[in-house]
Amino acid sequence: MKAKVKMKGYIEINQESCKGCQICFYFCPKSSISDSGSINSSGYFSACFSDNSECNACGICAIVCPEAAIEVYRE
Amino acid sequence: MTIKTVYKRPKLLKERLFHYCPGCGHSVIHKLLCEVIDEMNLKERIVCIPPPGCSVFAYNYLDIDMAESAHGRGAAVATGIKRVSPETIVFTYQGDGDLSAIGTAETIHAANREEKITAIFVNNAVYGMTGGQMAPTTMIGQKTTTSPYGREVNKEGYPLKMSEILSVVEGTVYIERTAVNSPKNIKKTKKAISKAFQVQIDNLGFSMVEILSPCPTNWKMSPIESWHWVDKEMVKEFPLGVIKDRIKVKKC
Repeated sequence: MKAKVKMKGYIEINQESCKGCQICFYFCPKSSISDSGSINSSGYFSACFSDNSECNACGICAIVCPEAAIEVYRE
Repeated sequence: MTIKTVYKRPKLLKERLFHYCPGCGHSVIHKLLCEVIDEMNLKERIVCIPPPGCSVFAYNYLDIDMAESAHGRGAAVATGIKRVSPETIVFTYQGDGDLSAIGTAETIHAANREEKITAIFVNNAVYGMTGGQMAPTTMIGQKTTTSPYGREVNKEGYPLKMSEILSVVEGTVYIERTAVNSPKNIKKTKKAISKAFQVQIDNLGFSMVEILSPCPTNWKMSPIESWHWVDKEMVKEFPLGVIKDRIKVKKC
């Protein structure tokens, strides 16, 4: 049986605003954000949040996101 | 379990896509301006003077009053608005081609007259919108479309340091140079912007925040490379920090 990952926080990425600059990938201390592999309507490869991550809602991704596409929530 | 919002899209940022390139510093600065204006509750009394350049469409994104100016004339237009209505908080949003090339005279004289305005000076070392030509702030040796072999000192001179130039002008009260290339620097920039606005609210004099901003497209780099390049190259030529702070002296 798979052990449950205790999540303390999560983010929501607006796929349509994302321009795939990958700056959040670099700055995320938990490496929780990766390429979604799908193209949005503007033609960019958007970012996606991995569900099994150890996100603690530090908010760094949202601070650096140039498109204001990320919103951060803490449980 | 309650869910707490840690970060939400700023209220004053309109719900539309930025036209800026991926990794551009302009949109980060727009975001910071929205946050600061919202936190200081200035929405009803603030006027922005956007420049010609990439950020010419700033009125599409910021939900505040705007008055477009001709190239370089931001400080002059801001002077007019501030003198007609002294209660208004006026700030210019200018690039390096705008403030440090065509608008040098307007900016220096507005500062010297101690106009109670704020300048947000976005320095990305090139003319961004027109295709990456050399600006007065271009680094020595930097390749641009008009300096294909790199900027040479004996032909094109040295990068112009506007913050240092303005710091010797009597009328300036607060000048700080920051960058938007890391979470730490972005937070510092936000503080600097709110301090500069506070100088104007207290009616002390001219304040300016110079922001080193990445331009991935014209520097021919990936977004993350350009964010590192600010630290590696630009900060050596344009050191970060508070360059002039006369707030305490003026308040006495």
